[in-house]
Amino acid sequence: MNNAIELIDVHVSIAGSHVLQGVSLEVPEGGVTALLGRNGVGKTTTVRAVLGLSARTGVIRVLGQDTQGMPTHRVVGLGVGYVPEDRIVFAGLTVAENLRLAERTTDPNYDAVYRLFPELKTRFKQRAGTLSGGQQQMLSIARVLLNGWPLLLIDEPSKGLAPKLIGELVDALERIATEATILLVEQNLAVVTRLAQRVVVLDHGQVVHHGSIADLGDAQLTQRLLGVAGSL
Amino acid sequence: MSVYVTLAFTSLALGAVYFLAASGLSLIYGLMDVLNLAHGMFMTIGAYAGWDLAAHLPTTWPGSWIFVIEVAASIVGGALAAGITEIVLIRPLYGRPLSQILVTIGLDLAVVALLLGGFGSSSLTLPVPLWLIEATRSGNLILPHADFVAIGAGIVVLVVLEWFLRRTRYGITIRAGVENREMVRALGIDVGRAFTLVFVIGGAMAGLAGLLYTVVFSGDLVSPLQGDSLLIFALIVVVIGGLGSIRGSAVAALLVAVVQDFTNYYLGTHSGLAEIGNLSVVLLLALVLEWRPRGLFGRTS
Repeated sequence: MNNAIELIDVHVSIAGSHVLQGVSLEVPEGGVTALLGRNGVGKTTTVRAVLGLSARTGVIRVLGQDTQGMPTHRVVGLGVGYVPEDRIVFAGLTVAENLRLAERTTDPNYDAVYRLFPELKTRFKQRAGTLSGGQQQMLSIARVLLNGWPLLLIDEPSKGLAPKLIGELVDALERIATEATILLVEQNLAVVTRLAQRVVVLDHGQVVHHGSIADLGDAQLTQRLLGVAGSL
Repeated sequence: MSVYVTLAFTSLALGAVYFLAASGLSLIYGLMDVLNLAHGMFMTIGAYAGWDLAAHLPTTWPGSWIFVIEVAASIVGGALAAGITEIVLIRPLYGRPLSQILVTIGLDLAVVALLLGGFGSSSLTLPVPLWLIEATRSGNLILPHADFVAIGAGIVVLVVLEWFLRRTRYGITIRAGVENREMVRALGIDVGRAFTLVFVIGGAMAGLAGLLYTVVFSGDLVSPLQGDSLLIFALIVVVIGGLGSIRGSAVAALLVAVVQDFTNYYLGTHSGLAEIGNLSVVLLLALVLEWRPRGLFGRTS
């Protein structure tokens, strides 16, 4: 199986802090790989390094291409969609403008967006800043669906959402995962177990576990790796 | 009554020039976090480009044609100066705001020195058609034709700019970039191109502002320091209007012009109060910042 993402000995320092300390990991093509770990261990920094948003050393290959020296827009152009933490949408732009801005192909797939998130169609002219948190998350995900990217980096999609909305979100992500490889950063283990087949656990800027989702069934291992009580 | 109308009309013309000078500056800071202190230089170059081209045209050509060519030259001159500045000097310094400020100040001083060396310290007279220095009069009402041109240019630029920012893909990119530059990059957009485009648009408007300032307020005289004096008011307009907001710049430009003109008219003739109009603008700035620290149309985080 080919790797959609491959990191070899990646280091990132931010404001004098050595956040990633030699991260090496692989995300195989197809399905969902969850990137787990306590707060502040470098999960988001890893995703940002893949996108070229954080300066780094080491090797990063995305969809078979070495991204050394590649600006972010070219990394995205390889076929990478990014759903950022805290569902960053452009608040002053309408839903339509947010989506138009994300179009990277000549034939954006609006049908796929409306099939998963029909509510967005009715709010096309509404300013994104006036949407609810759940609607903003839908918009944030919809932006990457337009282009049919083969690889999606999704950072904490359930953060701050009500339980009912999380259920709808997971349903949507489950359907998306049938067509794209997803690297999922997520704190909610229930979401992770429904979506992911593989897990990578970070601690103190290093990979401390790499394996199957079934590994999280071991209560002691889960407690040790993630600092949460109980198993899945 | 006619005095009020005349004053309001003059204020509108001054506001239009301030808007042209400030809106590019506002977009550049809003999108790129670059405090471009060479913006005054773009205005000066615009005026000189108009003058220089006109000086090489046959004097037998109709004055109106020559004026249209001067306007076009000022726009192109300002845009070229801005584009080259962004590509050569600003681009290598992104993320280094202090260096950007220093390099733009240095550039401004260098260009002023070059203009003084090349054209001399005396002001140069811009050839303009006769109708432009005349005015429509009715009783005490005096409406200078140059003011009509400035107001018309301000309205046209405002409408075109609003259309560009709302309807075109580049415009939407610029508005999004003012909100969150990094996220625009993460959507796969080359923000560098948008940066250059914003500089070019800002420079074009600054060049036009420089030429119109010459025609409307400096008696058709072009001088190397005119851009810098206009830049001070442009900066005040940008802060009052809110960084990155074109509508904010338009409203603030009008407000600043009205306050400045009316204060000058009613108080400026008193002994020792010749600069009261400028002082009133600074007071206006302080009041607005006390009330709304992000300016009238500024972004909230």
